[in-house]
Amino acid sequence: MSSTDISIHKDVHHAHDEHDHHHDQNFIEKYIFSQDHKVIAKQFLFGGIFWAFIGGFLSIIFRLQLGWPEATFTFLEPILGGWIENGKLDPEFYLALVTMHGTIMVFFVLTAGLSGTFANFLIPLQIGARDMASGFMNMLSFWIFFLASVIMFWSLFLETGPAGGGWTVYPPLSALPQAIKGSASGMTMWLISMALFIVSQLLAGVNYITTIINLRTKGMSMTKLPLTVWALFFTAILGLLSFPVLFSAALLLIFDRSFGTSFYLSDIYIAGEALTNTGGSPILFQHLFWFLGHPEVYIVILPAFGLVSEVIATNSRKPIFGYRAMIGSMIGIAVLSFVVWAHHMFVTGMNPFLGSVFMFLTLIIAVPSAVKVFNWIATLWRGNIRFSTGMLFAIGFVSLFISGGLTGIILGNSALDIQLHDTYFVVAHFHLVMGAAAFFGMFCGVYHWFPKMFGRMMDEKLGAVHFWATFIAVYLVFMPMHYIGIAGFPRRYYNWTGFETFNIFTDLNTFISLAAIIGFTAQFIFLFNFLYSIFKGRRATENPWHSNTLEWTTPVLPGHGNWPGEIPTVYRWPYDYSKPGAPEDFIPQHVPFSATQSSNLPNEKDLE
Amino acid sequence: MITIAIGLSIILLFVILFLLFRIGTLASIFRGSSQRAVGTTKTSNRVNSTLFLLFLVIGGAAFIWSFADAWDDMNLPLASVHGAWTDNLFWTTMIVIGIVFVITQILLFVYSYKYQHKDDKRAYYYPHNNKLEIVWTMIPAVVMALLVFGGWKTWTKITSAAPEDAVVIEVMGKQFNWMVRYPGADGKLGVAKHTLIDATNEFGIDFTDQNAMDDFMPMEIHVPKGQPVLFKIRSRDVIHSVFLPHFRVKMDAVPGMPTKFWFVPSKTTDEMRSETGNPDFKYELACTEICGRGHFAMRYILVVDEPEDYEAWLAKQTPFAEQNPEVVAKFSSSSQQVVAENKTEGKAEEVKSEL
Repeated sequence: MSSTDISIHKDVHHAHDEHDHHHDQNFIEKYIFSQDHKVIAKQFLFGGIFWAFIGGFLSIIFRLQLGWPEATFTFLEPILGGWIENGKLDPEFYLALVTMHGTIMVFFVLTAGLSGTFANFLIPLQIGARDMASGFMNMLSFWIFFLASVIMFWSLFLETGPAGGGWTVYPPLSALPQAIKGSASGMTMWLISMALFIVSQLLAGVNYITTIINLRTKGMSMTKLPLTVWALFFTAILGLLSFPVLFSAALLLIFDRSFGTSFYLSDIYIAGEALTNTGGSPILFQHLFWFLGHPEVYIVILPAFGLVSEVIATNSRKPIFGYRAMIGSMIGIAVLSFVVWAHHMFVTGMNPFLGSVFMFLTLIIAVPSAVKVFNWIATLWRGNIRFSTGMLFAIGFVSLFISGGLTGIILGNSALDIQLHDTYFVVAHFHLVMGAAAFFGMFCGVYHWFPKMFGRMMDEKLGAVHFWATFIAVYLVFMPMHYIGIAGFPRRYYNWTGFETFNIFTDLNTFISLAAIIGFTAQFIFLFNFLYSIFKGRRATENPWHSNTLEWTTPVLPGHGNWPGEIPTVYRWPYDYSKPGAPEDFIPQHVPFSATQSSNLPNEKDLE
Repeated sequence: MITIAIGLSIILLFVILFLLFRIGTLASIFRGSSQRAVGTTKTSNRVNSTLFLLFLVIGGAAFIWSFADAWDDMNLPLASVHGAWTDNLFWTTMIVIGIVFVITQILLFVYSYKYQHKDDKRAYYYPHNNKLEIVWTMIPAVVMALLVFGGWKTWTKITSAAPEDAVVIEVMGKQFNWMVRYPGADGKLGVAKHTLIDATNEFGIDFTDQNAMDDFMPMEIHVPKGQPVLFKIRSRDVIHSVFLPHFRVKMDAVPGMPTKFWFVPSKTTDEMRSETGNPDFKYELACTEICGRGHFAMRYILVVDEPEDYEAWLAKQTPFAEQNPEVVAKFSSSSQQVVAENKTEGKAEEVKSEL
């Protein structure tokens, strides 16, 4: 009896496989409402690239204003319409530009675009799973993100403009339409869009965590996971714990705006009228916002850590130095990221004792961050480095992360933050450490995993040109901003000419704007390379980088289910590069120790 | 015509760029470099690794030059006692992180150059070294501990309670300017309520409170040199932030939650004029929290006087109540009950601001 059962089961299974291969999904199932993690990853990637160009373009408009405050920009009238009058940008529109640039870049590009793309693409492929734990939830996550995107994009075209109270949307400014035009329907749409965005992030996060815990292939213990997967795992946990807090903050703000509550409002006289709201606290919003906001910067940078670690190890042809220390430092950063949020609020009138506590906790983060940098540099040491474009961006990432991270030690110090808070020093700091660095992580990932996504290679020469133009432009933009910040220039200023104190550095601001325009233009090289290579790029092989991780054991263009046959079993960690005694300089994870007797270390002999 | 010509030349430029790109691709196929694994060709490695080294040298030189060039402009003249502590701490920290910055960037780019791919070479299998990890965990930990200690001591001193004899000044932010109120001869600010605000009584002062009778609102802030000055900061609409760059002072103005900051000015406006060589030098107050359309234009002037000049200036000021008797009259005419109510609520607010 039992043997019959088994054979029936086998037949059924076989039939099912056949069915998978021959069933032609129609276009909508395959490319639009797809539940395949690889397609969803590409959808997030395209969405992210679209938003990155919008966000970048907005920054170019406000850089024009800052670089040439006396100039008239009549040539912008056809695109900006009523927002520009006689060639002069409207100051409220300027604030809306800054707000939307921040919102778009932090949430839509570096959260959804970065972890949405790489968590979806890499988690199943690198842990050896056929797909995410719930393909449907995954699809839902993208389409809710899409809806959030549509609403946010729509808000750009409102007559009163998109939200304009800064990306941190502090009330009462964001709560009162009398205070700024952007707080009218633009802010309503911002809040709706962000609420949907959070739902999308939560659906995605639950899925990532479940998949990593439950769907690892045979032999893939947690300590054999590539660092990318570890990083994406922590990212998902951070998102899951912190995004709901932003949701509650947004919800209370919606209540204050639309239903007359006073969570954040108290004792306000505005537009010739005293409001009845009493007892609320604007500082409460800041606490709630930054309880997400701070982990958020690690949600942005952790996936970049993972991608860069993987690419550096592969292209240095060396194991990542201190694999366990890398995981440990990520745990340290992830835990600490929850208890440092008030360092954004040292001068809000918060109790000074709290300031001391948060300064202490903030500066501790420098320790695991330093460990990571040292480990990356140690990985390069005595390597045999291949300068693929992905590797160029990985090295650029480490450089930018150092430059931007170090100034965090200054800003995390509450005594020094008094002078520097909300100046261009802060702008320079976070753009280097979480803006440019995370973008470099993303580029590094796109160039490196492009062959697995589209079955073709991106052009390496254009990639190198793109890298060098971007790398130089980023430094030219953000290094001088430190000088301006030390001189005390406040951020979100339409111009500085009204102050004698800030009536210096005009040449430097023009220089920064020029560098920003060059840097933005260079991104079109990437866009061309990306689109051209999807259709006309050189065909890729299965494992073009000679990498160890599991995704490179799939066919050139992995189909639904990723591996045509059985999922490979994993025997070793992902970093056996240049192992002494091995014929090749890499041993993929699915190669058993019995096949590599010449290179096994003494402690691996028992595993043969 | 010109637009068409420009358009055509741009298109032509793109066509040329595209052709160059195609030629490059074809050339690499002929050379056979496309047959090799990416990143193992001689030219690409030599070019990129050399560029990294050049970036380090030229970029480093450019950084040093521009830093030196901007030095005079970026160091704002200092005019407060605690500012000397924070400036000191700032540049000490800058030196510490500068050392780390130089070492790590040099290692990063030099290693990138030195360990570029060579066909006959093999990377050194070196997965971990626990001793090394412990060393480079402990060193930053100790350095951070020292910096935290330094920061904590300075921060505690700056944020400690203001001395009893401090000159008290109320600074209120509103869209889009600052307003300032002095307590007058009695040294006590009168109670204010946002519901009492109108076009004349912009602070919403409750004139049933006797302490308010001698309060005055000047067009500039005057403070005496060498004496502690306590700013009582509030806002009547959205969040603003009081920023006095020369005094290294910054504190948010929050509606419904009074804040404060005290400092000791160390240089008079006149002294600063001769120090900077600028006869028109003025201390400025700016807003550093986004507050709407006029955020960039919330300028207010602060003057530091010698103590005796300050006293002379004080003596010249007339109280608001004296200048606007009609506002005060409105209060005395309102019914007794309302006055009583205002008083009790006013008291509650006063308690809050003491916190």
